[in-house]
Amino acid sequence: MTRFPETAADKTRQHRTSSPLPGKRITLGFSVFYLSVIVLLPIAALVLRASHLSATELWSLATNARALAAYKLSLGASLVAALVNAAFGSLLAWVLVRYKFPGRQLLDGLVDFPFALPTAVAGLTLANLFTENGWLGKFLVPLGIRGAFTPLGVMIALTFVGLPFSVRTLQPVLENLDRGVEEAAACLGAGRLRTFVSVIIPTLFPTILTGFGLSFARALGEYGSIKFISGNLPETEIAPVLMVARLDQYDYTGAIAVAVVLMIFSFILLFTLNWVQGWAEKFQQA
Amino acid sequence: MNLTQPVHSKTPSAIRESPLVKWILISIALSFAAIFLLLPLVNVFVQAFARGWTPYWNAVTARDTGSAIRLTLFVALISVPLNVLFGLAASWAITKFDFRGKAVLLTFIDLPFAISPVVAGLLFVLLCGANGLFGPWLDAHHVKIIFALPGIVLATIFVTFPYVVRELIPIMQAQGTEQEEAALTLGANGWQTFWQVTVPSVKWGLLYGVILCNARAMGEFGAVEVVSGHIAGQTDTLPLRIDKLYNEFDPVAPFAVATLLALLALVTLFIKLFLEWKSRDEA
Repeated sequence: MTRFPETAADKTRQHRTSSPLPGKRITLGFSVFYLSVIVLLPIAALVLRASHLSATELWSLATNARALAAYKLSLGASLVAALVNAAFGSLLAWVLVRYKFPGRQLLDGLVDFPFALPTAVAGLTLANLFTENGWLGKFLVPLGIRGAFTPLGVMIALTFVGLPFSVRTLQPVLENLDRGVEEAAACLGAGRLRTFVSVIIPTLFPTILTGFGLSFARALGEYGSIKFISGNLPETEIAPVLMVARLDQYDYTGAIAVAVVLMIFSFILLFTLNWVQGWAEKFQQA
Repeated sequence: MNLTQPVHSKTPSAIRESPLVKWILISIALSFAAIFLLLPLVNVFVQAFARGWTPYWNAVTARDTGSAIRLTLFVALISVPLNVLFGLAASWAITKFDFRGKAVLLTFIDLPFAISPVVAGLLFVLLCGANGLFGPWLDAHHVKIIFALPGIVLATIFVTFPYVVRELIPIMQAQGTEQEEAALTLGANGWQTFWQVTVPSVKWGLLYGVILCNARAMGEFGAVEVVSGHIAGQTDTLPLRIDKLYNEFDPVAPFAVATLLALLALVTLFIKLFLEWKSRDEA
């Protein structure tokens, strides 16, 4: 869900007569065929199955107490994770772009680590770190902070998987930020903090919001790491875990009900994000 | 890291933070990364070797782990090339030509990123499972997709669908069509133009997409779990094998198997850094 900037070339192309390059029909045909088989047909299967089920049954399974609790935790924990990522992700992006220090390269590489590490491994090792005998749990559990098999653990895992989105969204924009504006603010007598709060933050806000949205979307669908860190308890059940639990009991209707709700969340997020990204781009160009 | 040393920089001091603020921010960033990113990685290896070399070796060389490794490699070997083929075709069509519905196509390409992996798995169960849309037909022809290899491959292709095409589109878009048009004018045919002009100019981006796609393909958990049926030695990929060992309360074995995937992540990161360095070098 990264951006495709509408380039100037793109606009001129629209005025040009068709390109002389070969292969339009075969590449477009294959693309549409592949997309239809892999993505659209399966989605159609869900829609078809859901439409054959009784609406009242689907509604009651999608909105019973257990399901509502799962959505609540899913949305709440994803929101916390995305907020933490917006804060720390922005800090990381800022430090990586603006400062030179020993270990900068290593830090830059580490940011992608949650992308590269399979989520099952992330969940496994995070759960272990936060248990009573784990490296972090040793200090945190006596203080009453339990990061494994609790809703807090769910938030920790979701933060981990979403972190690269906020850093990598902000980093290129920060690199291209015109420092003349900061100089102007300084010349007009603004202190560094004032410049930061009134000039830099507002300029970067749409981009930070995009990163927030991407990590929120990632967190909302996450399953692998949660399977390990949630400990399969009722109070740590997020929506994807509930869907799988129902499927394991051959409760197809129940699983479809949750899946439909998750899909609706996904679509709303996808369209909101497209809109925010469009806004962010216009904002950067202005 | 001498705090008293003045910072030599071309940036005028008015648009720079004081050294104190700077080093506080750097310290927070480094501590956060050390605790939140580095520690989990180190922990995998420390836990895997907590009882020495023998339990580690036993877990990694167990028969079911071996078949999980083979299955994981096999699934990636099918799904990654197919997504590369699609990535090349779709990015060529999208960036070199105009057609109606391009925006819709682009949105559809993004869909697998937005859909939860477990929902992706369910989609294929509803399509090809015993009670699914094609279930009766597949059953009559003795084709097993769900709880078998084809289902795992399909689910993996779905979740890794956008990786390659997403990397290629911005690069091809930035390059425009002039070079290919020049090659055609000079008498090259379509294939020659594609292989000798287009592919070399997008190769680093393509490789970048391939390694990310591969890492996700080998590490996918949710989508694969839903369609696999968890049959040890048959439909257990490496991530599913870790889950199974974890549920058996084995203190070492899940971490031992996890080191294989952690190594995959490290190799992926190193190749990625190399590719970034390489493409910057050529730019």
